Amino acid sequence: MTTAANQQSDVQKEESMVLQKAMISANFDALSTAHEEGKKVSSTFVPGNLNELLMCFDFVRNLPEINALQSAMRKKSGGYIMEAERSGHSEDVCTYVKSDLGMMAKGQLGPTGKPLPIPDVLLLSYTGCFTFMKWFELVRDQYDCETAMLHVPYQANGEITQNMRDFVIMQLKEQVIPTLERVSGIKFDIDRLRENLRESAKAEDDLVWVLQSAKNRPSPIDAYFGGIYYCGPIFSAFRGSEDATAYYAALRKEVAKRLEQGLGPITPEGVMDEERIRLVVEGPPNWTHFRDFWKMFYDEGVVVVASSYTKVGGVYDYGFRHDPENPLESLADYCLGCYTNHSLPARVDMLCDYMNEYNADGFLVNSIKSCNSFSAGQLLMLREIEERTGKPAGFIETDLVDPRYFSPANVKNRLESYFQMIEQKKARGDARTAA
Amino acid sequence: MKTYIGIDLGSTTTKAIVLDEEKTILGRGITNSRSNYQIAADVAKEEAFLDARFFLFRKLLKEVPALKDQLDEFLLNFEQDFRLEQYLEQLKELRRASMASAGDDRLGKNGAETRALLEAVFDTLHDEAPGLYEPGSTRKSDFFRDIAGSQYSSASEKATRTSTIGFDAMLNVYDRSIIDVENLVTNTSNDEAKFMSALARTCKRLDNLSNMLDQLRAPLKSVLDTEMEETYVIGTGYGRATLPFSKEHIRSEILCHGLGAHIMHPETATVLDIGGQDTKAIQVDSVGIVESFQMNDRCAAGCGRYLGYIADEMNLGLHELGPMAMQSTRKVRINSTCTVFAGAELRDRLSMGEKREDIISGLHRAIILRAMSILSRSGGIHDQFTFTGGVAKNEAAVAVLQELAFENYGEVTMNVNPDSIYTGALGAATFARRAVVH
Repeated sequence: MTTAANQQSDVQKEESMVLQKAMISANFDALSTAHEEGKKVSSTFVPGNLNELLMCFDFVRNLPEINALQSAMRKKSGGYIMEAERSGHSEDVCTYVKSDLGMMAKGQLGPTGKPLPIPDVLLLSYTGCFTFMKWFELVRDQYDCETAMLHVPYQANGEITQNMRDFVIMQLKEQVIPTLERVSGIKFDIDRLRENLRESAKAEDDLVWVLQSAKNRPSPIDAYFGGIYYCGPIFSAFRGSEDATAYYAALRKEVAKRLEQGLGPITPEGVMDEERIRLVVEGPPNWTHFRDFWKMFYDEGVVVVASSYTKVGGVYDYGFRHDPENPLESLADYCLGCYTNHSLPARVDMLCDYMNEYNADGFLVNSIKSCNSFSAGQLLMLREIEERTGKPAGFIETDLVDPRYFSPANVKNRLESYFQMIEQKKARGDARTAA
Repeated sequence: MKTYIGIDLGSTTTKAIVLDEEKTILGRGITNSRSNYQIAADVAKEEAFLDARFFLFRKLLKEVPALKDQLDEFLLNFEQDFRLEQYLEQLKELRRASMASAGDDRLGKNGAETRALLEAVFDTLHDEAPGLYEPGSTRKSDFFRDIAGSQYSSASEKATRTSTIGFDAMLNVYDRSIIDVENLVTNTSNDEAKFMSALARTCKRLDNLSNMLDQLRAPLKSVLDTEMEETYVIGTGYGRATLPFSKEHIRSEILCHGLGAHIMHPETATVLDIGGQDTKAIQVDSVGIVESFQMNDRCAAGCGRYLGYIADEMNLGLHELGPMAMQSTRKVRINSTCTVFAGAELRDRLSMGEKREDIISGLHRAIILRAMSILSRSGGIHDQFTFTGGVAKNEAAVAVLQELAFENYGEVTMNVNPDSIYTGALGAATFARRAVVH
C-alpha cells in the first residue's frame, strides 16, 4: 500500500517531524542542565496543562506522560515498569505512572539518556483522570517538592457553566499563580501571558486546519498515528512559544502541498498510495510497538481520519482558542474543555460528528488495559456510535507503555478481521446502491 | 470437475472443505495443525479430496441394484478399511523412522536391544491395527499421532517389563520419530492402491459381497480417475498468514465463520465459535455478512485448549470429557478462568473428595461463562444462535451453553451442526467459489 516501501530501509519522515524531534530534544537538553543554569523546573500533565502560564515564570517544563511514552518508543518502559512493580506497585496500576516511578528509581534518566532534574514544582491541573492525583501524590513523596493543585470540575452534564469557570479562575488567582511566583521568584505579568496565548491561538488555527484536512479524500494525513506527531508540540512544553507557532506554520504548508498533489499520508515506509478504509479511532495508541501497530493499518490501506486521542490535550476543532483578551478565562475554558474532561455522552456526540464529517467507514476503539478511567464505558460508546451511524465498529485491547500487554499476532488478527468486515459491508452497500 | 477449496488453519486442527460448482460439499478433511501449517494445510486438503472420492463413489453406487439395501453398511466398512490402509502406511513410516532413530550412536550399546524391542512393538501395532478400524470401534482421536502414540505406549509398556531398556527410552524414540512422520508430505501416488486394497478387504469381510469385487472396481476406478481441478483456494484461521497464498486468497476467520454458519443454518443471527485459542462471538445479517464481533483479548483462558489441558491433567482423551461431565449430579463451582489455575483448582477439588465428573462439569461451566461474557460484549444472543468450533462437539459444553443462553436471553433456537468444526472452512470454500463464480 505504500510506494518506496520495501526499497528503502530508512524510515520516511515528514520535514515537520524532523523539526519536532529537534524541539523535543532541545527541551530534554534544557531540562538536563536547568538547575546548573539556575533555572526552575516544573512538572505537569498533558490534559489541562497550563504551559503559557508556566512560561510566564521561566520554568523549564517537564511532562511525565511524554517521558513515559518517549521511553516506551525507545523500548525502555518495560524495565521501568518492572522496577516500579518490584517496589510494590500492582500490575493493574496505570503504566504511565509505573514507567515514571521506575524511571525515577533507576536513576532519573530521561528518554534521551540525559538526566532529568528533580522538579521545583508539581502543577497538578488534573482533568477527568483521578489517577493523576495519586500519581503526583507519589511523585511529591519522592521529590519532596511544592505542589500547586488546580481542581478542574468534570463536565458531567456536557457543558461548561460560569460557576465552573469562576471556580478555576479563583484557584488560578489564589493558589496556582501565587505558588508559581513563590517558587520561581518571578512576579506574574499578565501581558506576558497574553502574548503567549496569542502565539497559542495562531498554532491552534494551523493545527485545526491540519487535522481537518483529513476530510479530503484521500486524506493527506493520518489523524491518529501521524496526528500524534502533529499534537506533540501543542500538547507539551511548547504551546504558546514562537517555536510552536513556527512548527505549525511549517506543518500546515507541508500538508497543504500534499493535499494539492492529491497525496495520502506519509507512513514510515513512504506515501500511502491507496486509501481503502477511513476510520475514526478512540483511545491512545500503543507506544511500545508504535510502528508495528501503525503498519497493521497502512499495510491494509487504512487511514485514520479523526481520533479522540488528538484531543486529550485540548479540543480546538469546535472553535475554542486561547484568547489573549480573556487570559484566565480562556485558561479555565481550555482545562474544562479537554477531551478527558468530557462525559461519556459528550464523547459519543463528538465521535459521531467525526464519523459523519470525516466520512468514515468504521469506528475503532483501542482500549487500554491499565487505564481504568477511560476504558470504562468504551463498549457502551461503541454500541451507541454503531447504532447512530450504522457503521461497523471494532474493539481491540492493548496498553500504553507496558510491552507485556501488546500481543502483535492477536492484535493483527483482530484488525484484519475488522478491516475485512468493513470491506464486506461496503461491498454489500455498493451492490445495493448499484441495484 | 472444478472445485473450490476452503482451508481453516486453527491452532489445534486444520480443516478443509471441497465444494463443487453447485455449492455441494464434496469432501471434508481434518488433521492436527502440528508445528507446520503448510503440511497441515496440504494434509487437510488431501483428506478432503479423499473424502470427495468417497462422496462420488457413493453417488455411483446408488445406481448399483445389488447394493441397494447394503449401501450404508458397505460404505462404512469400506471407509474404515481405507483408513486402516492409511494407518498401516503411516505405521510403516513410523517404524522406519523409529529404527533410524534407534540406530543413533547416542544409544550406544543399548542400540541393538532397543531395535529388537521396536521390531516387537511394531509387530504388535501392526497386528492390532485391524481391530482399531472395525466398524463400531471407538478411538480417542482420529489423528495418527494420537492413535499410534496410544498403541505404541501401551505395547512398549508391556515390552519393557522384561527388558533392560526403559519405557522412557522407548517414548523418547517415539517422540523423535513421530515429528518426522507427521511432517512428511502426503503421498498421493499410492491412493489408488489403497482404495483398491480396501475394496478387496471389505468385499472379503462382508459375506454376500465377496463376489462383487470385480463389479465394484470399475465404478471405483472411474471415481479415482475423475479429475478434480483446484480452481480456487481460500485460507483462513490463525495460520493463514503463513500460507503461500496471496492476499486475495486469504479471509479472516470471523468472516468465514459468519458465512459458514449462515450456510449451515440460514436463519443464524448470532454465532459463537470456541476454538483452540480463540473464542469468537459474531453477529451476522440475513445473508451471512458480519455485523459485529468480539474475541477474547490478551488471554486464551476459557478456550478449547483449556479443555485439552484438563484432559491431560486427568489423563483422559479430549473426547471423553463431555460424556463424563454429563454424568455429573452435583454442581461444583470453578472460579478460575485461568487455564493453569483451573488445573490447580481441579487437584484441590479432587483432594477435597469431589467427584471427577462433578468437577469436570464445573470446568465446562467456567469455559461457557467466559464465552457468555464475550457474547454480551458482541451484542448478546439473537435468534437463531449457532454454536461452532471444536468445543461444539462437546455435549456438556452444549448443554451448559443452552442453559445459560436461556437464562440470559430467553428462548432461542440453538443450532449445533454435527460438522460445526468445518464452519470456517465452509465459509472459506464459499468465498473461494464466489471469487470465481461472481
